[in-house]
Amino acid sequence: MIEIIQIKKRFGRLTVLDDLNLHIGRGKITGIVGPNGSGKTTLIKSILGLVRPDRGSIIVAGQVLNGDWQYRKMIGYMPQYGKYPENLTVEEIISMVKNLRDEPGNIDRELYDRFELDRERSKKIHTLSGGTRQKLSAVIAFLFDPDLLILDEPTAGLDPRASSALKDKILKEGTEGKTIIITSHIMSELEELCDEIVFILGGKIKFQGSVQNMIESTREFKLERAVASMMERISE
Amino acid sequence: MKVIVKIVRYVLQDVYRGKWLIIYGLLFWLMTDLLMRFGGNSSQVFMSLINVILIFIPLISVIFGTIYLYNSREFIEMLLSQPVNRKHLFFGMYIGIVIPLISGFVAGIGIPLLYSGIQSRADIIPLSILLGTGIVLTMIFLAMAFLISLGTEDRAKGLGYAILIWLFFTVIYDGLILILIYLYSEYPLEHATIIMSLLNPIDLGRLLILMQFDIAAMLGYTGAVFQKFFGSLYGVLISGSMMLIWITVPLYSGLRIFLRKDF
Repeated sequence: MIEIIQIKKRFGRLTVLDDLNLHIGRGKITGIVGPNGSGKTTLIKSILGLVRPDRGSIIVAGQVLNGDWQYRKMIGYMPQYGKYPENLTVEEIISMVKNLRDEPGNIDRELYDRFELDRERSKKIHTLSGGTRQKLSAVIAFLFDPDLLILDEPTAGLDPRASSALKDKILKEGTEGKTIIITSHIMSELEELCDEIVFILGGKIKFQGSVQNMIESTREFKLERAVASMMERISE
Repeated sequence: MKVIVKIVRYVLQDVYRGKWLIIYGLLFWLMTDLLMRFGGNSSQVFMSLINVILIFIPLISVIFGTIYLYNSREFIEMLLSQPVNRKHLFFGMYIGIVIPLISGFVAGIGIPLLYSGIQSRADIIPLSILLGTGIVLTMIFLAMAFLISLGTEDRAKGLGYAILIWLFFTVIYDGLILILIYLYSEYPLEHATIIMSLLNPIDLGRLLILMQFDIAAMLGYTGAVFQKFFGSLYGVLISGSMMLIWITVPLYSGLRIFLRKDF
């Protein structure tokens, strides 16, 4: 689904992505882990075209990215901190995104109903709590039934009820053959959701394989321990 | 094209709900109203209005534009993660902010002028030039605001640049011209001052309006040269294209940055 070839990105003197290669298979749920500042968000934003790599190429569903925008029709993105125009209401934001997409395809309101966002729909964004904004971001990401879902720390800030509703939704979409990319620091969550784990450090992929593989390769029992020991080992 | 219209609609909706714009319009209303009541005859009122416009419009446009764009960063990010073309988004944002700014000032000045009545038909031409200059200045300084906030990551720095640019074009530039005129007072500087004023959109606006009044006669020989230049078709064309350049150059540079920017 996604092919990333030798991408390099620097912010000033800092190299964030360092000749990174990555293949993400169609229909898989892939978790991206790595310490803070390892380049996870930059990688995701490169796939979305929000960040332009200095070098290398990214191919999404057979399409090489070069300033294009149409390919984003198949992507649903949930940012780490969803921020919206403060003076608009929840309802208006949703209808704005619908209006911009302007696609006849089916609208997926499942999360909207599960999160009971209907009760907040006429509230302005600046009155919403962080968690409610996060719910709104999730609803928007899943709204158009996209083939590719990119979720940047999706459950951070959600209450347990909302968080498990979202995880149910992710698993459900996964079984329907959607390609899903998740970043998270909550390892138990990734263990629960992901088919594959990508470990990124210093802008390079250090490990890619199934959750089971990762745990075995470090001789640990839990993903959390496995990732921690991998971080230890590499930084030594 | 359709996408631009949609973006304009949402930016408009957002800006109109903010309190800023209402304060901006009311400020003009209040000042115009006070000037009309206590400002004496209509040409004196016009003079004062000109000064208010030439100082306030660039200030508010550049600062409001810079702040708004910094505050919209996440909104821009969100829209860019949707299937939206960057170019459409850029122009959509620009149009969406320029319309409220222009309407705030046109309403703020126009309504008091309407209810207090324009004394004679002769006032209509200078009045429309006054409004036209205000509109063009709004467009210019908003374009500069876009260039600043897209080119500077740091908000505080960006806001500093915005104030600096305003200060430069309203105060510093004129000061430099005065120093120059003083230093070279032995030489004929009429044509040089025309060129220098073409290079500052605020001065250019001021001259375009002043030339509509008899006040040009009070500027002596320089006034006559100015009158001749800005009164001619040639002069009007040149100052018109200078204004256009003042809009397009910062706007285009801003667009170039925006197309390559990382969010």
